[in-house]
Amino acid sequence: MSVADFAFYAFGFIILVSGLMTVASKNPVHSVLWLIATFLGATGLFVLLGAEFLAMLLMIVYVGAVAVLFLFVVMMLDVDFATLKGGLAEYLPIGLLIGVILLMELGMIFGVWQFADGAEAARAAITPNIGEIHNTAALGQIIFDDYILIFQLSGLILLVAMIGAIVLTMRHRPNIKRQNVVAQMHRDPAKAMELKDIKPGQGL
Amino acid sequence: MINADIQTVMPELVLAVFAMLALLGAVYTGKDKVARLLVWATAAVMLALALWIGTNDAGANSAFAGSFTDDAFSRFAKVAILISGAAVMLAGRATMERRGLLRFEYPVLIALASVGMMVMVSAGDLMVLYMGLELQSLSLYVIAALNRDSTKSSEAGLKYFVLGALSSGLLLYGASLSYGYAGTTLFSGIITSVNDGHVGMGLLIGLAFVVAGLAFKVSAVPFHMWTPDVYEGSPTPITAFFATAPKLAAMGLLARVLFDAFGGAIADWQQILGLLAVLSMFLGAVAAIGQKNIKRLMAYSSIAHMGFALLGLAAGTVFGVQSMLVYMAIYLTMNVGTFAFIMSMERDGKPITDISSLNLYARTEPLKALAMLVLLFSLAGVPPMVGFFGKFYVLKAAVEAGLTWLAVAGVIASVIGAFYYLRIVYFMYFGEENDGVETNMSPAAWVALVGSAAIMILGVVNLLGIEGAAATAAAALVN
Repeated sequence: MSVADFAFYAFGFIILVSGLMTVASKNPVHSVLWLIATFLGATGLFVLLGAEFLAMLLMIVYVGAVAVLFLFVVMMLDVDFATLKGGLAEYLPIGLLIGVILLMELGMIFGVWQFADGAEAARAAITPNIGEIHNTAALGQIIFDDYILIFQLSGLILLVAMIGAIVLTMRHRPNIKRQNVVAQMHRDPAKAMELKDIKPGQGL
Repeated sequence: MINADIQTVMPELVLAVFAMLALLGAVYTGKDKVARLLVWATAAVMLALALWIGTNDAGANSAFAGSFTDDAFSRFAKVAILISGAAVMLAGRATMERRGLLRFEYPVLIALASVGMMVMVSAGDLMVLYMGLELQSLSLYVIAALNRDSTKSSEAGLKYFVLGALSSGLLLYGASLSYGYAGTTLFSGIITSVNDGHVGMGLLIGLAFVVAGLAFKVSAVPFHMWTPDVYEGSPTPITAFFATAPKLAAMGLLARVLFDAFGGAIADWQQILGLLAVLSMFLGAVAAIGQKNIKRLMAYSSIAHMGFALLGLAAGTVFGVQSMLVYMAIYLTMNVGTFAFIMSMERDGKPITDISSLNLYARTEPLKALAMLVLLFSLAGVPPMVGFFGKFYVLKAAVEAGLTWLAVAGVIASVIGAFYYLRIVYFMYFGEENDGVETNMSPAAWVALVGSAAIMILGVVNLLGIEGAAATAAAALVN
């Protein structure tokens, strides 16, 4: 067994165990933490496949952003997971059905990948030769060289979305207090306060 | 290579950079106080670009590995888009200001929408097509809801957005099917897989979905439901914009997809377009009869006109495309003039859109009434106005392509449709006395109204030379 094989089985084991624990653990916060462990295992598998860009993307986007978001949601919203889990028996059949469908779809993809006409060529052409160009560089070349026009146009679309959000929602309210930084900084403590000596019983 | 590519997209680049600079400049200076200046500047830039594109005779160039095409067809469409966009903006400036809607984002969004439309008519790839379409649509969704304190305007924006998103979904579904079965998103690649023998079933379904998605954008029946509500709810100068440039852009895009990507399957898409055209012409003609609101009426009128333009496209010939382009150019001119009038309609400073308010309008404003009479006759297709020649060309193209039954249906629909245009003329000249309407026009709006009415008569001589340009454009597309 080579090192790569060993690493594969190790990551696979991590994914299976932490996936199972995600579903099985009682505490929802633990569930999310197990989910993060699953993502990390998958990251390892991607590195083993030579897809280092995808691995980093999974790490940054899923672990760094999505899972943390989940964690916040779970911690902030008081969802009663006990009652949610109570419906397990009720939803088990449909869950199993969806699981079977997913399994069949995966089987079909595997079949096409393995046995279809031209599958050999398709398998060979997934990535450019690693000796010539790194796949991060290859992806960059596609996005920023070949499809530069589309990339820039999508930038314009995002700009329009931003303008739209501001145009449609921002209101200038006249009667609210706003922070004026310059005025704050030029405030003179000597003039800001005035002490008045009021004699007892006289008032202002 | 990248230099040549940038050279090809230079007009789009200039307009996009101008829009961004205008946005930055306005944010850091007077905000809405510079809006008026910005409208003038944007219109000037758009007109200058139109002049530049119109006089540039560069033949056919394709850039970015074939995903962007610059040829006589796209240049014709771009010139029409830029001129009509600038004209609508100038004519509507005073009205927007009176309603307190002239915000500095308005000209910026119009400029960005124009960039999207220019990309649409130049698309050579399904992805570029989608990007151009979304850039245009997203800008339009925002300006439809520009009057955010009015529930009708917000409703218009929301409806437009939801249905636009649905149509984008249909379009993307069709595009992904086309990609799956052709193996490429490039139009030049799709057409080779169509030409090999016959069209595969998957590609055919992809084609149908793409056409359905685009039919939403040109508001062809049965994908027209959003049009009357959006036209009615949006502020009138913005409705005027919706009714002009985006329609031509979507039509140009449809022609591009059908001829550049599916040119080998004319018999297949001819049936779809024929059905869309007949339904649009009849629904536009019949449903407009009951309308009391002139903006809703113009919405149905635009549906009917799109039916005619689709009829030209359905012919599937060079002459068919030429007639579609001529028809659309005439349609744009008529609509700029008509909407310049509609947006000036008010009573006691409030906008009104009731048709009956036009009763006996000719007594107070004979010249404007006469200009409207000419425009309405032209919209109805009454000879000798130019509108008649547009219809005539389209029908001729359909007959020459052997679609006689479509042409007959078109004639019947245009006779039905003439009724509601003539009814407005009747109100203006022979109606009953009532509260009446005031039409305070800025000089720009007056020029747009009287100018386009004058074109409807003077253009009879040789259609102002538009025919030759349209013929070159059509030949470049169909080749």
